[in-house]
Amino acid sequence: MIYNIPFIVVVLLIIVGLATVVFKRNLIKIVIGITIIESGVNLFLITLGYRENSVAPIYTFAPSTKMVLPVPQALTLTSIVIGVAVMALMLSFAIRIYQHYGTLDSRKIRRLRE
Amino acid sequence: MNMNWLLTHSPALLIAIPLLAAFLTPLIDRLSKRARNVLVLIVLITVEVVMIVLAWDVFTGNTHIYTMGASNPTATIPVQAAIPIRIVLEVDGLSAFMGLISATVSLAAGLYSLAFVRRETGQGRYYTLLLLMLVGMLGMEFTGDLFNLFVFLEILSIASAALIAYRFYRGDAVEGAFKYFVISSLGALMVLFAIGLLYGQYDLLNMAALAKVMKYTMLDKIALVLFIAAFAMKCGAIPMHMWVPDSYTVAPASITAMLVVASQVSLYALFRICFSLYGLTLDVTTVGIIIISLGLLSMFVGVTMALPQKDIKRLMSYHAISQTGYMLLGVGVGLYLIGKPEFSTYGMAAMEGGIFHIFNHALYKGLLFLTAGAIFYKVKTRNLNEMRGLAHSMKFTAIFFMIGAFAIAGIPPFNGFASKLLIYESVYCVSPILSIIAMLVSIITLASFVKVFHSAFMGPPMRNTKEGEVPKSMLIGMVILTVGIILFGLFPGWVVDHIVHPAAQALADQAAYIQAVIGG
Amino acid sequence: MSEMSKIVRTISNSLFPFIMIYGLYVIMHGHLTPGGGFQGGAVVASGCALILVAYSSGWVFKKVKESNLSILESIGAIGFISLAFLGIGVTFFYNFIAGNGLLFGEIPPVGPNSGNLNTAGLLPLMNLSVGLKVIAGLFAIVAVMAFVASRRMRKK
Repeated sequence: MIYNIPFIVVVLLIIVGLATVVFKRNLIKIVIGITIIESGVNLFLITLGYRENSVAPIYTFAPSTKMVLPVPQALTLTSIVIGVAVMALMLSFAIRIYQHYGTLDSRKIRRLRE
Repeated sequence: MNMNWLLTHSPALLIAIPLLAAFLTPLIDRLSKRARNVLVLIVLITVEVVMIVLAWDVFTGNTHIYTMGASNPTATIPVQAAIPIRIVLEVDGLSAFMGLISATVSLAAGLYSLAFVRRETGQGRYYTLLLLMLVGMLGMEFTGDLFNLFVFLEILSIASAALIAYRFYRGDAVEGAFKYFVISSLGALMVLFAIGLLYGQYDLLNMAALAKVMKYTMLDKIALVLFIAAFAMKCGAIPMHMWVPDSYTVAPASITAMLVVASQVSLYALFRICFSLYGLTLDVTTVGIIIISLGLLSMFVGVTMALPQKDIKRLMSYHAISQTGYMLLGVGVGLYLIGKPEFSTYGMAAMEGGIFHIFNHALYKGLLFLTAGAIFYKVKTRNLNEMRGLAHSMKFTAIFFMIGAFAIAGIPPFNGFASKLLIYESVYCVSPILSIIAMLVSIITLASFVKVFHSAFMGPPMRNTKEGEVPKSMLIGMVILTVGIILFGLFPGWVVDHIVHPAAQALADQAAYIQAVIGG
Repeated sequence: MSEMSKIVRTISNSLFPFIMIYGLYVIMHGHLTPGGGFQGGAVVASGCALILVAYSSGWVFKKVKESNLSILESIGAIGFISLAFLGIGVTFFYNFIAGNGLLFGEIPPVGPNSGNLNTAGLLPLMNLSVGLKVIAGLFAIVAVMAFVASRRMRKK
């Protein structure tokens, strides 16, 4: 049971992130919501690789010991880098929108309708 | 450096050469603007030529495999292992087909941009991001590895979002880019979650290896739902279409043409997951009906929301949603019939119609957006109520617009007629209602484009427009797409036999896809 | 964003070389220990952000022009792709240095990680290129955002 707690945390993070993106009006809070969802998905990827009573996978022609999976670590690293780039671009969009409209409320900046 | 070497290494070269040029462009931009334009043009033409050579070889029957970093390009499985362990690029018929579309529209958009963005600031970054969009598209089309698909999907969406906000001095451009980016980011995270689900069960990331061992468990069903929702969100199907009108309207016109192709690459990823990754282990009846319903909704809602629009590019973007519905309908009918004996009679024809429609749509929708950009270049407005009589001074643009409007409405002898006829005939055999709705949508499409042509081009000329046509490089960009439309319309039989049929065959044949990577 | 007091500036001056050396250590040992291009680059960029906060962003931006950062970033990226192209005789991204006895070319012995820096061929060179690109890129993002914010606050 104790090894299922990371998966429960993943589901909680994704639900909190989705609720933030859907229900909040401030643009910065929407960006934070996307970052929380991304943290949840990264945690999910790392947790997939865990095996009980195993060592770090840094060997050359290893004997058959139990090791954690190294591939999810590479996937998570790539995902974190992509998340940094996404967050940087979204925040620069938020800065530009603030310079134009003077407000960050998503209901007041809706010029494109219908 | 002979043809054989080029053909073997072409999948990797087609991704690496635009990437190298994209990193060189900021440096060369500091030295001289003309050198940067020449570099971008040379790279786009090179990609087009190598793509045609590769497509010629793939359409005559060989699937190309490329393993990155191995001791020879076809060594997918190393000597001590039983599964492929490196990133494998697999170019089969459908990948080469989509690659042709991406290379052609990028060349037309690049030529068009030479004059269109000449007066804007930050042009070095524009061309860098354009080349990065091309890299993202070609990477998504050629890859045989699920996580590589995710990485190139993110490269494509980040470059597109930055280019939509290119005119950052207008507030609505940045707002449209923000909306596009939030929805695109959510879709990509859903794809990553589904990849994690599949990896956790089978410990494999290669699509061919996964297709061999796929059992349709409960977690696989959840992963399939997440894939379909995320890729339908990225290609603009109803009810996830909210970002399409906002972002297509405010982007520069050449970028909108490339965004159309970017949406279709997401459509390609959806078909690749449904046909080649899951294949016959799916419940084809249910998933086929879901995709057909998405297609019908997109067709109908897209075209009815396009009728009352006043902004010319917003109207065209609603039509883009509606034409995506045709592609979903055609290939959805193919998926619905895939295990059954009727597949070889009208199921294959439906898939060919849907896939042919992808190429036709990229050509005529790209041309229509480029003409809308030319109108904006001249009269500085996109509102249909404020423009009239442009046919007097912009003769070539009016002719190109008329060709594009006839093509989208499905009038012979242009290419829209050929693919729509294939879809009508084959879909009628499944259920007549689908065909009737498709024809109705086509009639309403013609009606809205008659409205645009009358409003923009007919009537007495406006008083304060400059005389003359748009600059030559914009015209050359439009001519490339027009030549494609006319040729495909005059010889549809040749195109279907030699280009579309290998692509549809490659999509429907999951065994050949697996055999190329693992068996060989 | 005005500059901070003399105590903060002195401590940042003393800390910055250690942070930079730690970041470069993480970049160089990417093929042996956890780390690599992005992680080490992020550490060094955090050190540069420390300098940005301690001294005012206007001063830092005048010293390190944005064009220099853009050139460094492009050099890092071009280095990465050129290294990948060098093995095109066999395949793209082929590791042609490993096992050849050149700069990073020894073969690691069998067994647990022995920590020999001289192994793994193309990987440390690619780590260096990616690290340079990440340092320049992340520092440019933070510096430009701080500069824009400080200019807007000064205008008010």
